[in-house]
Amino acid sequence: GEINKTDQHQYYNEWIFGLEKGSKRIAAMMATSYNAKEEDGHHSGASSHGAAGVVKSKKPDNTAFKQQRLPAWQPILTAGTVLPAFFVIGLIFIPIGIGLYVSSNNIKEFEIDYTGVDISNPCYSCAKNFSWNSTTPCVCSMNFTLEQPFESNVFMYYGLSNFYQNHRRYVKSRDDSQLNGDQSALKNPSKECEPYRTSDGLPIAPCGAIANSLFNDTLELYHIDSNNTRNTIPLVKKGIAWWTDKHVKFRNPGENLTAAFQGTNKPVNWRKPVYELDPSDPDNNGFINEDFIVWMRTAALPTFRKLYRIIQKKSNTTPTLPSGKYVLEITYNYPVLSFDGRKRMILSTISWMGGKNPFLGIAYITVGSICFFLGVVLLIIHHKYDTRSNSADIPN
Amino acid sequence: MAFWRRNTHIEKERHVKANARDYNDKFSYADNRIKTSKYNIFTFLPINLFEQFQRVANAYFLVLLILQVIPEISSLSWFTTIVPLVLVLVITAVKDATDDYFRHKSDQQVNNRQSQVLIRGSLQNEKWMNVRVGDIIRLENNQFVAADILLLCSSEPYGLCYIETAELDGETNLKVRQALTVTSDLKDITKLMDFDGEVICEPPNNKLDKFTGTLYWRDNKYPLDNEKMLLRGCVLRNTEWCFGMVIFAGLQTKLMQNCGRTTFKRTSIDKLMNTLVLWIFAFLICMGVILAIGNTIWVSWIGRNFQVFLPGEEFQSNAVFSGFLTFWSYIIILNTVVPISLYVSVEVLRLGHSYFINWDQKMFCRQTNTAAEARTTTLNEELGQVEFIFSDKTGTLTQNIMVFSKCSINGQTYGDVYNEFDEKVEITEKTACVDFSFNPLCDKAFKFYDGSLIEAIKLEDLAVQEFFRLLALCHTVMPEEKSEGHLVYLAQSPDEGALVTAARNFGFVFRARTPETITLCEMGRAVTYQLLAILDFNNVRKRMSVIVRNPQGQIKLYCKGADTIIFDRLDPSSEALMYTTSEHLNEFAGEGLRTLALAYKDLDEDDFEVWMKKLLFASTVIENREDQLAVLYEEIEQGLKLLGATAIEDKLQEGVPETIACLNLADIKIWVLTGDKLETAMNIGYSCNMLRDDMNEVFVISGHTLLEVQQQLRSAKEHILGLSRVSSVGDVEKTDMFADDSVFEEAIIAEYALVINGHSLAHALEPQLEHILLDLACLCKTVICCRVTPLQKAQVVELVKRHKRAVTLAIGDGANDVSMIKTAHIGVGISGQEGMQAVLASDYSFAQFRYLQRLLLVHGRWSYFRMCNFLCYFFYKNFAFTLVHFWYGFFCGFSAQTVYDQWFITLFNIVYTSLPVLAMGLFDQDVNDQNSLRYPSLYKPGQQNLLFNKRQFFLCTLQGMGTSFLLFFIPYGAFSVMVKEDGSHFSDQQTFAVTIATTLVIVVSVQIGLDKHYWTAVNHLFIWGSLTVYFAILFAMQSNGIFGIFPSNFPFVGTARNCLSEKSVWLVILLTTVVCVVPGLVVSFLRVDLFPTLTDKVRHLQQSRKKEGPQEQNLRRVRRTSSRRSAYAFSHQQGYGELITSGKNMKMSTVSSAGSPGRTPHSSTWIENMLKRKNEVSCTSDESGNRAKQTPKQQVRA
Repeated sequence: GEINKTDQHQYYNEWIFGLEKGSKRIAAMMATSYNAKEEDGHHSGASSHGAAGVVKSKKPDNTAFKQQRLPAWQPILTAGTVLPAFFVIGLIFIPIGIGLYVSSNNIKEFEIDYTGVDISNPCYSCAKNFSWNSTTPCVCSMNFTLEQPFESNVFMYYGLSNFYQNHRRYVKSRDDSQLNGDQSALKNPSKECEPYRTSDGLPIAPCGAIANSLFNDTLELYHIDSNNTRNTIPLVKKGIAWWTDKHVKFRNPGENLTAAFQGTNKPVNWRKPVYELDPSDPDNNGFINEDFIVWMRTAALPTFRKLYRIIQKKSNTTPTLPSGKYVLEITYNYPVLSFDGRKRMILSTISWMGGKNPFLGIAYITVGSICFFLGVVLLIIHHKYDTRSNSADIPN
Repeated sequence: MAFWRRNTHIEKERHVKANARDYNDKFSYADNRIKTSKYNIFTFLPINLFEQFQRVANAYFLVLLILQVIPEISSLSWFTTIVPLVLVLVITAVKDATDDYFRHKSDQQVNNRQSQVLIRGSLQNEKWMNVRVGDIIRLENNQFVAADILLLCSSEPYGLCYIETAELDGETNLKVRQALTVTSDLKDITKLMDFDGEVICEPPNNKLDKFTGTLYWRDNKYPLDNEKMLLRGCVLRNTEWCFGMVIFAGLQTKLMQNCGRTTFKRTSIDKLMNTLVLWIFAFLICMGVILAIGNTIWVSWIGRNFQVFLPGEEFQSNAVFSGFLTFWSYIIILNTVVPISLYVSVEVLRLGHSYFINWDQKMFCRQTNTAAEARTTTLNEELGQVEFIFSDKTGTLTQNIMVFSKCSINGQTYGDVYNEFDEKVEITEKTACVDFSFNPLCDKAFKFYDGSLIEAIKLEDLAVQEFFRLLALCHTVMPEEKSEGHLVYLAQSPDEGALVTAARNFGFVFRARTPETITLCEMGRAVTYQLLAILDFNNVRKRMSVIVRNPQGQIKLYCKGADTIIFDRLDPSSEALMYTTSEHLNEFAGEGLRTLALAYKDLDEDDFEVWMKKLLFASTVIENREDQLAVLYEEIEQGLKLLGATAIEDKLQEGVPETIACLNLADIKIWVLTGDKLETAMNIGYSCNMLRDDMNEVFVISGHTLLEVQQQLRSAKEHILGLSRVSSVGDVEKTDMFADDSVFEEAIIAEYALVINGHSLAHALEPQLEHILLDLACLCKTVICCRVTPLQKAQVVELVKRHKRAVTLAIGDGANDVSMIKTAHIGVGISGQEGMQAVLASDYSFAQFRYLQRLLLVHGRWSYFRMCNFLCYFFYKNFAFTLVHFWYGFFCGFSAQTVYDQWFITLFNIVYTSLPVLAMGLFDQDVNDQNSLRYPSLYKPGQQNLLFNKRQFFLCTLQGMGTSFLLFFIPYGAFSVMVKEDGSHFSDQQTFAVTIATTLVIVVSVQIGLDKHYWTAVNHLFIWGSLTVYFAILFAMQSNGIFGIFPSNFPFVGTARNCLSEKSVWLVILLTTVVCVVPGLVVSFLRVDLFPTLTDKVRHLQQSRKKEGPQEQNLRRVRRTSSRRSAYAFSHQQGYGELITSGKNMKMSTVSSAGSPGRTPHSSTWIENMLKRKNEVSCTSDESGNRAKQTPKQQVRA
């Protein structure tokens, strides 16, 4: 049986390679390759007749992957799938948009510019006579009236315009290690902080242009009641920074701040060292001062607002800020006129989706309507010009 | 290699002394070691890196890296570039290293082959690499020749030896080499040891068919030519052993000199991509300039005043200088529009596609156990754009197997199988074969299906007996009987072998021959015929005859030849039979069979005596001997009696006509370039359905002079154009308007074919005619070039490549196809056959021609489709990703501040979005493989370059730009006044970055989902996985832990948590995603709905089919149209008749036993004759080669 098998095999090969060719040639031909796999004389053809007998098949595996037959979902764009999608998008977006728009409109917001550009502005003289070296702070007051009461918690922001907190050199001019309380970075701040890295031979803490340009106007708010008396409105200064910033990103280099910051200098523009930023609350000093943290989170755009204080709702019966006259008293320390900047104070309530933001609501309504409209148009086009109802026109 | 080669002086002449290593060492000739590898362990790193940085892309990223180190410019950290760059370099290096490893391995294999070298008086086994010039080596039968050697002597008489040169020129027939007479006696080792001849010859060159040199030995000079040389790569056949002296070794052998470095092939998409990258680069510079100008303006208007809070460094106080620095900073930031990962991804895709080709079971040939192989991994998508296929014939379209399939004997046909209802049955593998067991000497591989022939034999039908007797006697085959009954025929042409084998199986076994006798075993009886004369074949005679005396003493002439020739020489008595046979011949020819007519004649003893005398006299004449012989042959081959006809099937490869028809439907033009004769080529043309009877005209160009050829080409072209002009009567003016042929081409419906002969082609390829040739050829549906040299094949390909902006593919199996395979855009080699040269030079190889259909229509189409989709998406993605920085520039004082986190920039292309797009590029299928084959028209978009071109690029970059615009401005609008739900401010840079980055990742993921047609599990995994990985990495990198370890590298701590927990952020993301995606969706929906392409329709059909469930698909079968053409079966070389009658090719023993001294003077001339003829052939081909080589130069001069 064995002999018969190999014989058959050989004849099979002969048949493949041609009847008329000699067996000698056949055996050789099978290995006739310049880079012959076998050494001379041991031709693969001959060896295949040998004891092993079976030639290893090189047939590729029959797997779905190798044969590119993986089961697959093959979606195609048909009117049946695309058109409903448009309607669904429209139907979802329009209500969201309306909701956003309404809640945005319900938010009460008041904004006042106290830069002092106009001569009529009470802060005009402060702005004009600003000097870095002056020891006496310049104070100005702005009167304003709230037409409507602000019911829930009110958030007080300061807004700056034309202030490039997002400039590359500005953004990188800080040392996160130092702000994280790293001792070595405290004494030897990163080079990124230049030119606010050292002053008078001592390292600056906190170093860099961002810290140096800390917003240092003080804003105070008074309500003028019917008796024309000024009632101070309590402004809460804690809870304005992100929890992660206050507890993770920013850390003081030590418990005893005065000692910890020994051997460092305050930023050039600052009047007080970093550990005296908040004289009223010892826990709000050093790098974890919330005003400082808020400032250090650089804005994305040249016009921005930052949370300054929170006016908490006291009772359910009276509004947080009843309508009426108010006075904003500003200790004017922060110069913006030189670069045509603006300073604003903003009072705002918030809703479920954050602050007042008409853009999103309008955008949602617009996009939703466009999608719905497109759905209708495409439906009409599809019905009028449908060409693919029959695929009989495929040339064979 | 190049380094040391430069040092050696240019060799003008080669001096080689036998057995004198010291003498030969003076010249420092190359040794026999072959090195194709590029690196070794130590040089790998420096050389590979050097090579890699020569690539523009890598150098570009290196420059970027250097820029990033300059602190004033650096807008990104160094790692954003170095991580991808290192990744790219490593991947490429690993690939190069594995490639080189395999080259080392194959070099080693070749170098370590053993050969026997004569050293110090004894034969020693040496490795090939240690063989040196001047050594005398011994070769044995079936061994490869190790180097280019001068044949000194052999085991055969007269210093003859036989070689097969398939590796060199693709010809599989045996060739004869003969040693110089003076050296052919050096048959023992001591004599060889004393041999101290010196050869002075030409320096190494690549001319395979030419060698000039002189042997100086014992004060005599002997001229040497190519007939005395055995070249490396040849295989010794039918010769027990031979000795030779090494003249050229290793890299200086003619074979290696011919293996020129393969020029690196690039696909058209590659070229387009390079152009586009340049465009993008220009675009990048434009953006850089705009932003730099913006910066200059900003600095002088705003920045100057902003110095209170952001003091400019001294040198930056100059606004223009600041702008200059900003330019470079922006170049760094925006560099991702030319993504480094593009090149790597493209390579990965191509590699993947190559593997799919290697893995395809439907391209695996069971018989030869060979799978398809993509040998180059850089050309896959070009397979989807092929417009011209140049195919070899022998071994590619045909199997080069001749099968005796039918015959007509005495007016009766045999060979068809009928069932019980007298209907013709198609012969399949299952059809029962005729049982030849009655014949112990039969060839078991022979198959015949018609039992009636065997019955006729057994009934001792005289005509049938005579028919097979003729086949057994009239030929030049040499038998070899190793053991009793184990017969092997050495046929010079395969058709003769088939005929003799047929006779053998039907009981007329050709058993042995001497110069004067032929021994048959007729139905078990040994019969010896006396061989009186062989009237040899030549191209003019188209027939051959033998004159034999049978044991009964009768003298008979048996003749076989082309039907027309035989019919002219028939005896009137055969007239009736002639008509019947002629009908049968037509029938055979209609089936594409190659036919021969057989006839015999009884000769009168006296007449023959007279004739024989004349013949002997004529063969001693020196002048005009051939003509005189021809006249004598003509004289006796008259009044023949017809016996019948044979029909041999030149077996086509499986599925060839179907494949050709299918490729034709895909608008691919197939040109056949063959070394075969005109008749054979045309016959194959008919059987492949390339030539058909219903064609309007088949032009045959066979002029011998330039003018003739020009005339023929012109008239053919005028014929075509004229006809079509006539056909569109009335708008003559209109046709004049379309004077441009390329437009006009489309208008021609009539089908024409062009058949052009090699010698005419040589003229037609000259510069003044090539245009008209090309025009004409493109007007024709079928082009067949026959009798072409390998060089001409390449020239034809080159011609098309040069003048038509089309992708060409050359397919062949032999070494003679190598030049064409290397020239064409894509070279395909048929593997599993004898030679490997074609496969080694090819880009793709598989075992059968029919796989070409699958390679192009399925793999090529998919590759092209995938690559185009991939590129479109990739450019879109990167534009969307990068241009956000551009828009942001207007709001950050043009300070080159990035929008995203640096880690995001680093990881976006290589981690977050690479896998989904790779999966799309690897697995996407618009139409499945069955439908791709079923609708060949689906292939056309590739040829027209529709899926990715400059317009598509423009559109996808525009989409990318639009997306980036929306990506920036929607969050911009939302964030300008956004606060968190707890009231804290929220419009900070980091939140902005995370929001836009998240939106971007989501948008591009949704977009790829829409672009994708085929969602496999892998695609799902990669898309969802990438999104998951994005969020995982985002949160991980912004976690407290990692910030605690590297506070300055991960400043985004907590941003993701704060940002992504806000409803408003998600609302922004949702809005942006919808707005970015919807326009594209609308456009593609409208396109599919209103202007569906064939692809869309087929997809639709495919889906509806799938819903209906699987259906039986009947594949189209191409029916051969019956054509009344015949090609007679004779692929024969002249001269073998003489070889036999002289007895030179008989083994010593046979010759001595039957030696006849009387013949010797006559026979001494045969070798000279044969060599003379061969020289003529080689000279002419060489001339034409030279001429053809000059043409490009002439063109340059012109």
